[in-house]
Amino acid sequence: MKQLNWRVITTHTICIIGVIFMSLPVWIAFATSTHSAETILRNGLQFWPGSDFLPTYHEALFVEGGVMKSVLGITMLKNSLILGLGFAIGKVIISMLAAYAIVYFRFRLALPLFWIIFMTLLLPLEVRIIPSYEVVSGLGLLDTHAGLIIPLIASATGTFFFRQFFLSVPDELLEAARLDGATAWGFFIDILVPLSKTMIAAILIIMFVVGWNQYLWPLIMTTKEENYTLVIGIKQIYQILADGGELPQYQKAFALTILATLPPVLVVLVFQNWFVKGLVESEK
Amino acid sequence: MSKVQLTNVRKTYPNGAEAVRGVDMEIESGEFIVFVGPSGCGKSTLLRMVAGLESVTSGQVLIDDRLINDVSPAERDVAMVFQNYALYPHMTVRGNMSYGLKNRGLPKAEIDQKVTEAAKMLRIGDFLDRQPSQLSGGQRQRVAMGRAIVREPKVFLFDEPLSNLDAKLRVQMRIEIKRLQRRMNVTSIYVTHDQTEAMTLADRLAVVNDGKIEQMGSPIDLYNNPATLFVASFIGSPQVNLLPATFDGQHLISGDLKLSGFGDLPTSTELVLGIRPDELRLDESGPFLLRVDIVEQHGSDNLIYGGVLGAMNDGDQETEFCFKTSQDMLPDLDSTLKLGFNDERAMVFNKVTGERLR
Repeated sequence: MKQLNWRVITTHTICIIGVIFMSLPVWIAFATSTHSAETILRNGLQFWPGSDFLPTYHEALFVEGGVMKSVLGITMLKNSLILGLGFAIGKVIISMLAAYAIVYFRFRLALPLFWIIFMTLLLPLEVRIIPSYEVVSGLGLLDTHAGLIIPLIASATGTFFFRQFFLSVPDELLEAARLDGATAWGFFIDILVPLSKTMIAAILIIMFVVGWNQYLWPLIMTTKEENYTLVIGIKQIYQILADGGELPQYQKAFALTILATLPPVLVVLVFQNWFVKGLVESEK
Repeated sequence: MSKVQLTNVRKTYPNGAEAVRGVDMEIESGEFIVFVGPSGCGKSTLLRMVAGLESVTSGQVLIDDRLINDVSPAERDVAMVFQNYALYPHMTVRGNMSYGLKNRGLPKAEIDQKVTEAAKMLRIGDFLDRQPSQLSGGQRQRVAMGRAIVREPKVFLFDEPLSNLDAKLRVQMRIEIKRLQRRMNVTSIYVTHDQTEAMTLADRLAVVNDGKIEQMGSPIDLYNNPATLFVASFIGSPQVNLLPATFDGQHLISGDLKLSGFGDLPTSTELVLGIRPDELRLDESGPFLLRVDIVEQHGSDNLIYGGVLGAMNDGDQETEFCFKTSQDMLPDLDSTLKLGFNDERAMVFNKVTGERLR
């Protein structure tokens, strides 16, 4: 019994250290964001919350000139949401359709095509960022949401996950649907999509977080302030802080950081059940 | 009410494997046909070709005199019940049953009426709003049948529908399927490897072996008059007793045994004598000496298994007989029984070709 207690204590200690190690920086960022610029400049990072929470966040989100020259924090939040959602939804749609074609339409190139798609996993966006920019600029889509999202929505990971899932769906379901007079499109919409519900949710969540955290692509793509995402905004605010002669507004930079981490955290917290279900089980 | 006609139907897979090698068959309107055979014999492939789930390599498939080789499964107006039910797991029972009708663009009121009617017939009316995962195996199988029934198809196709059920339920469902088919009078093709199911359900039975129809006819006809060794050994439970033998002009010779009562058989080839377990009888002057090995008590009758002393062996295997007798017959193990048989009902086959000679 005593031995067991020790084991419990040890494992818990290790876990707690891990939690502290990972969450402490976030806490310090939050605590610091609630202090005034003067306090931070005089005393450095703060561990305990201060009294400036409301004014700082209000200014960061809703006051013109609060964080950027003209754009509001809330606008950047909206841009980030559009990018995150567009990125995730686009990826799910494209990769589901690709996987559907690869698994259910037995054309000769299905397997080679799948492996080519799969190999693009080895090529991150950074490798093709110049040509992609050239294409988007040629289409006149610079500084638009479409130009920001469309080049990113092909997804090898998503295609792979959906392919594996579709392969596990029994053939008899397709045959029953064919006898029931379902068209290729009907089978996809009526049977496959509902069956993939949890899978779709899991991929949506992962991709939303990835899309939300995109940095390099939006940085290159957006030149106008009103198209900045939060992640870009954080980078820019430090630059503005460094350039200007006035008192550095560190508390607002920290506020933006906290705002930028909140949505992905919320999404994962709220949907974690779906997330786990989608990755470990499926209703068939 | 439709007839189905197969003319020299063949199926060759791209890798060269021949699954079906020339099948001719006419199925009358309202008939219940069972394809029976060992696994891998091509019976399911044949069924799936009628359904349109497998392409036909050559030959013709006709429903009501209409050539349907290249007609899509949905337009063939057939309904199929699968072994693993293949219910749409995310739809309710009602959704499962109405999906096919919805795709055909029937008005909602009519769909509801048909589904309710079919559900009542199958006694699943209480489950209409449940998901398949909340149902037992037997109930799922009923839903799968309901999905087939509501379509009012020309032909019902069953692909080993009872294999996933436990033994008791299988017997119940078997009777229910038969009753349903009688009542609806729809032409049906049923695939199974279970010969009891085949015997009890079929109007006519087609024994499939190696991609060909070995023999087709009423179950009792196939039992009494099998055309080949394969049919004789496949139909009937317990299996027919087989004794390797040769003919010397007057007697069948098997090892030390000399059996009279046979004539007009070829002397040059190896033969097989087939005697059904219930054609054997206790007989002090009979030719067989059975050394009792195992006695199985089935209630109303006993099955006595044992080696036949002095008989020609098939390779290394001792020739074994099964003797079906009454429940009060309980010989000691390793004792011997003297057995005779009804030579009128004994069958003789050519061992090489399997052809029946007598």
